[in-house]
Amino acid sequence: MNVIYVDNNATTMVAPEVLEAMLPYFSTHYGNPSSMHSFGGSVAAEIKTARENVAKLIGAAPDEIIFTSCGTESDSTAIRAAIESYPDKKHIVTSRVEHPAVKNLYETLSKKGYRTTFVPVDNHGRLDIDYLYDSLSDDTALVSIMWGNNETGVIFPIEEISRQVSSRGILFHSDAVQAVSKIPIDVSKTGVDMLSLSGHKFHSPKGIGALYIRKGTKFSPFMIGGHQEKGRRGGTENTASIIGLGKAAQLAAEHLASNGYKPISQLRDKLERNLLKMIPNALINGDTENRLPNTSSIAFEYVEGEAILLMMNEHGICASSGSACTSGSLEPSHVLRAMGVPFTAAHGSIRFSLSRYNTEDEIDKILEVLPPIIERLRALSPFWKKAMSS
Amino acid sequence: MWEYTDKVKDHFLNPRNVGVIEDADGVGEVGSIACGDALTFYFKLDKSGKIKDATFQTFGCASAIASSSALTEIVKGMTLEEAEKITNEDIAEYLGGLPKEKMHCSVMGRDALEKAISCYRGEPPKKVEGQIVCECFGITDREIERVVRENQLTTIEDVTDYVKAGGGCGNCHDRIQEIIDSIVGTARPVRKKAPVLTNLQKIRLIEESIEREINPTLKKDAGKLELIDVDGNRVLVRMGGTCASCVKSPVTLKHYVESRLRELVSPEIVVEEVQQ
Repeated sequence: MNVIYVDNNATTMVAPEVLEAMLPYFSTHYGNPSSMHSFGGSVAAEIKTARENVAKLIGAAPDEIIFTSCGTESDSTAIRAAIESYPDKKHIVTSRVEHPAVKNLYETLSKKGYRTTFVPVDNHGRLDIDYLYDSLSDDTALVSIMWGNNETGVIFPIEEISRQVSSRGILFHSDAVQAVSKIPIDVSKTGVDMLSLSGHKFHSPKGIGALYIRKGTKFSPFMIGGHQEKGRRGGTENTASIIGLGKAAQLAAEHLASNGYKPISQLRDKLERNLLKMIPNALINGDTENRLPNTSSIAFEYVEGEAILLMMNEHGICASSGSACTSGSLEPSHVLRAMGVPFTAAHGSIRFSLSRYNTEDEIDKILEVLPPIIERLRALSPFWKKAMSS
Repeated sequence: MWEYTDKVKDHFLNPRNVGVIEDADGVGEVGSIACGDALTFYFKLDKSGKIKDATFQTFGCASAIASSSALTEIVKGMTLEEAEKITNEDIAEYLGGLPKEKMHCSVMGRDALEKAISCYRGEPPKKVEGQIVCECFGITDREIERVVRENQLTTIEDVTDYVKAGGGCGNCHDRIQEIIDSIVGTARPVRKKAPVLTNLQKIRLIEESIEREINPTLKKDAGKLELIDVDGNRVLVRMGGTCASCVKSPVTLKHYVESRLRELVSPEIVVEEVQQ
């Protein structure tokens, strides 16, 4: 059975060009970039190129980039660096719809005595920006707001918010793990002081991420060790993955420059438009005006997400769900709850996230398979008939 | 991804007995859309009082649908007396087991069956018994007690897996722990329910225990224990004989004297040594 992979916000396929670029660094080019000999030195030169490519993708300077092991490490490093740099400030701000990498760290810090503000969103997942500004004070050490939401794809106006926050002398971090490579980002035109990105969300392998730290930003390392990354992150470099990330960043920049996301958003829109047409009581979660071009979160009322996913799985279709049952928790996703999506819809929300490797045939296949699945599950559901007759 | 057995997958993908029985003899509804799963169970009896037909409608995940389907298959052909003995464990077993986090699906099946039987017997719908412990999922102390007893649960996580209680905000975790403690405690075979003693009876019992049980044992090592006072559950004693100078006497006091008095008198007893 062919796999139809529309779960690219979870992870992506390693691009063949990326894999090819990485392979020598597992075998013939195994030198340590810190070594004095040219066998290791040649690897250092490749890492330099990778750093330049990652920097270019987000409008940064190469020495503003440090490599990390993943998006979560980047987030943790940034947040902990901010509060360590301003030990007298005890207030930190974020949104209610962050990825657990930020959300759970904020909750932990809140238990350790930090005053935390979780800025709410409206029904479309749009940030209450005035609420954010009103919460700021001289005691605020950090504002951390994601660039694009992993579940709904909603994009926050980070350029504007970061400039406002920065003008008040408060550090601004953005978890841009989902946004990088999908929309143009130029940190030099923003007030963003730190930004997290993750390789496996744009066709490089898992286990590699990066953190942008604006020149002049107070910083203290999370991993202390050798002189690697200019002392900002100790530990021998994950050479092959860094080179893979560099290659993926180069491909992503080319892709963005050639407007490569347009066909992806057209496929996404086709999928969404037709599903809404074919399936009654289906709703889009989130602000469709400001949304990542590859993401669609659709709520199918009166059915449960895990059941939908497993029936799609029988056809080789891979997506994900905001429902409680899939995650092992008992409540639907905190993102959908923060948006006030009613329970009738939240439990039946499915996220489709596309990549440049998806084809129109695949979208057609989903359109053929999914409507009967929803119909079947609704026939099983005790609520569907009641809802329809009232 | 959950590890479902082939039987769960089969009952999810090909659910048996889906639908409504319009002239059902008993109907049981449990769950709600807010909670993420809900089941309506119907049965019809034949002339001899056996379940002739059973159907369901379920909103929920794969294991909720499979558990409902399994329930209808299990009860067919049973009398109501037989059916009411079915436990959630029976439903899970029929499916070759459920992931622990999904056991609440089997509990939902059993609850729906019970409700349907009560409905048939014309029993008034049971009022919510006990007090709500978990506000998020509306679970009472009675429900938690029952599931802890029937499935020998020992942790808060277990309780959440079986009835969802504690799976939301987490504010009720302390209360759930208390319930578990009270049951795990009373279920221990050695701990008999201690009779309520008056102060006078308690003091006499302590005196007797020391005379008959404790001192004869200590005497083997030429030791002796003298009762000084009893203050509630605090028993004040003085160690005499060789015990007075023995470095091990604090150990003897805690491990032997106190545990013996706890067995013989009351589990709340605390023994303290009064210095010479």
